[in-house]
Amino acid sequence: MPDYVTVWVNGTAMQLAPRSMVSAALLIAGIPCRKSETGEPRTALCGMGICFECRATVNGVQHRRTCQLTCRDGMIVETER
Amino acid sequence: MAAASAAAQHGRSVILLDDNPAAGGQIWRDGVQAPGHRIHDDESAARTQALQELDACGATLLFGYRVFDAGAPSTLYAVRETAADDEVLVLRYQKLILATGARERFLPFPGWTLPGVFGAGGLQALVKGGFPVHGKRIVVAGSGPLLLAVASHLQAYGAEIVCVAEQAHLSRLVPFAFALRSHPAKIRQGVRYRHTLRKTPYRTGCWPVSALADERTGMLRGIELSDGAKTWKQDCDLIACGFHLVPNTELASLLGCTLRDGFVEVDENQQTSISNIYCAGEPTGIAGLDAALLQGEIAGHSCAGHPGKALRTHNRAARIFAAQLQKAFQLRPELRSLAAPETIVCRCEDVPYRSLATRSSWTDAKLQTRCGMGPCQGRICGPATEMLFGWKMKSIRPPLFPVSVSAFCLSSAQQDLTQENA
Amino acid sequence: MKSFDVLIVGAGIVGCALAKECAEANLQVGLVETNTPGSGATGAGMGHLVVMDDSPAQLALTRYSRTLWQQLIPELPPAVEYESRGTLWVATDDEEMAEVHAKYDTYFAAGVLAEVLNASQLATEEPNLRPGLAGGLLVPDDGVIYPPAAAGFFLEQAQARGATYLPGSGVVAASRGELRLADGATLHGDRIVLATGTNCALLPSLPIKSRKGHLLITDRYPGFLHHQLVELGYLKSAHKVQADSVAFNIQPRRTGQILIGSSRQYGNVDPATDSFMLERMLERAQLYMPALSKLSVLRAWTGFRASTPDNLPLIGPAAALCDDESLWLAVGFEGLGITNAPGAARLLVDQMLNRTPVIDTAPYLPRSTANHEYSHA
Repeated sequence: MPDYVTVWVNGTAMQLAPRSMVSAALLIAGIPCRKSETGEPRTALCGMGICFECRATVNGVQHRRTCQLTCRDGMIVETER
Repeated sequence: MAAASAAAQHGRSVILLDDNPAAGGQIWRDGVQAPGHRIHDDESAARTQALQELDACGATLLFGYRVFDAGAPSTLYAVRETAADDEVLVLRYQKLILATGARERFLPFPGWTLPGVFGAGGLQALVKGGFPVHGKRIVVAGSGPLLLAVASHLQAYGAEIVCVAEQAHLSRLVPFAFALRSHPAKIRQGVRYRHTLRKTPYRTGCWPVSALADERTGMLRGIELSDGAKTWKQDCDLIACGFHLVPNTELASLLGCTLRDGFVEVDENQQTSISNIYCAGEPTGIAGLDAALLQGEIAGHSCAGHPGKALRTHNRAARIFAAQLQKAFQLRPELRSLAAPETIVCRCEDVPYRSLATRSSWTDAKLQTRCGMGPCQGRICGPATEMLFGWKMKSIRPPLFPVSVSAFCLSSAQQDLTQENA
Repeated sequence: MKSFDVLIVGAGIVGCALAKECAEANLQVGLVETNTPGSGATGAGMGHLVVMDDSPAQLALTRYSRTLWQQLIPELPPAVEYESRGTLWVATDDEEMAEVHAKYDTYFAAGVLAEVLNASQLATEEPNLRPGLAGGLLVPDDGVIYPPAAAGFFLEQAQARGATYLPGSGVVAASRGELRLADGATLHGDRIVLATGTNCALLPSLPIKSRKGHLLITDRYPGFLHHQLVELGYLKSAHKVQADSVAFNIQPRRTGQILIGSSRQYGNVDPATDSFMLERMLERAQLYMPALSKLSVLRAWTGFRASTPDNLPLIGPAAALCDDESLWLAVGFEGLGITNAPGAARLLVDQMLNRTPVIDTAPYLPRSTANHEYSHA
């Protein structure tokens, strides 16, 4: 197993421990995952895939729950800005 | 895990399905190894043993699948998101054991939607998922034995736990601690936590009033706490806040199992009101890890036609413990008044408290404000509005979790696993 | 004891629109509701404001009522989410294109603005439709609203003009100017209007049959869909066929969520969703718009439309159905309750007050249906 995986977050490469969740990347980068209906920045809350606050677009698919998604090398993550 | 291992012991073919990437659920979730990041998994014997038994028992383990619908007869539909498409599983069972666990109860207070405010179990799960908290100052607040466990684990990951604020008053907790005398293992665990956190103030009868943002950056910079007599501010980097647990009964409801007081009703064999469906653990009553293991084992044996009488005595003790837990950590009425008119209650749809205060029922609120209509389908705001307004959520509909149109349409079913035996 | 000029049973969008209309005509009106406003078919449907041409009488009523909606636009609060999205009727082949042209002529004659689109114009309007469709008809003044909020708005307006809202108790009997409530109380009114959707308990002779429908809603995908899209086969499904059927009908909401429908079933009163109907409905929708397959579905639910033998609503005195001068009806809207609510309300009050209605009310007058049978396909 490699020492880290590389994921792209809003165009910037980040290195994370293997088996990290995508949510970790966003939290480490300090980037909110999404904007709420009234424009508030939001990030993960429940950590277990229930609250849907941690959603981001991953590899082009919208509304992925990042706290339930394991990082894979080359993954492209985009947040609502 | 306990149920699967037990049922498999009797030669039954067993499938174990979980949304998470690996075994362990929430409590025994595996932590991520990171360079310069020490792992501090709960290496307790029980966990190790359970995992080993699961590996050895021969059950089919399916991870990353979430059940989103049920059909007749005795069919479940589950989906796994892969890079390419959604993979749909159609599962037919003779016997079904539900071990869907619990989730945290969130109560709204000003600032609770700020990035940096997490659930208590929530932050622990995110840390295990690779979020480093080394050197971060954390306030753990809310209610329940979970707070101590979370504080202890976060500290093991290098965080500085500024304080633990438990809303229950000491006068309630002391009888609870006394009641623990019949659960020596829990006492030992409690003592361990208190030792680990010996330098951390554990304030009882104390609750969050608001999360504070830096005026310039908008980022979380602290928390305001109250004990009813005075309020004070506490600087911190992160807040881990959850008010005890709420059972995940959605699938049981969808299947038509009877609920009582919000929990799945089961008999002493963990059988629900539907003869071929069993339920174990938190959905039957919040009673903690040991009870969950025990009930899982009972359910597994019962399903396989071998109900274990010996286990039932322990289970009765577990039920009593659940009742004691509920009583000790009962939520105080002050928590109903934390939300300001503009405080968001439904986070999916950004519905503020003032919009909900004039509504007459959950249905009325849903229709007129969209509260509960977002992706979480009321899992976060439902328990909150029940506490705030006394509303009970109604009607479970599929899909239980958001799924793609194609998955919901079942047109891409790729596997069809049929259970020959229970 | 207080006596109302009008007592209305049912605070769906029709009942609420009627309460507002009565109050504006200075009638003392009471509105009785067992659950909460808009919690029946009003809360379950699509909120599509559409001119429907399946019969001259339907065309007249929907056109009239849509005009009334447009007059309301300046007053409608944001929660009602009114949007002039327009309806795009979609044709898959030359045969359906011929129907498009016929439809255009009908609308033109009725003064309803419409535009025929060829295949490439259709693709430009809605890029997510599959290639290979023949074209369509765009009716730009059709709209989309969020019905429960509209019902709530009408109710508030009614109350502001003196209407009394009486929630919480079911009605067990309605006759001869007296409403008997489940809690034992009685209410008196010169006229009692049943705006009770599919519930015929108060007048079992009502020729209403319940038609179950399914809908589902997706997560937010702003820009995915611009107009309400309806296949031409919808009219057949809605108004000509008796067997279980599905028809492509999808709607963009202001939130960016997509509402996906539609389905019709007779004889099933179970509010639980039926997987086989959902599957058929979704397969049909993906046939027209393959890009739907990747959208995330949040929730599916059912609703019950009140249908009548001739597909027209009953708006007028119930005298033909029962020997009771005090009873009036505003029921049987089969999927057009939202569109027709303001029109039906106005026509009913016109009849009550002997005002001259703007359109002929004859087609909607309740008639004895002793010899009327639902035709079976």
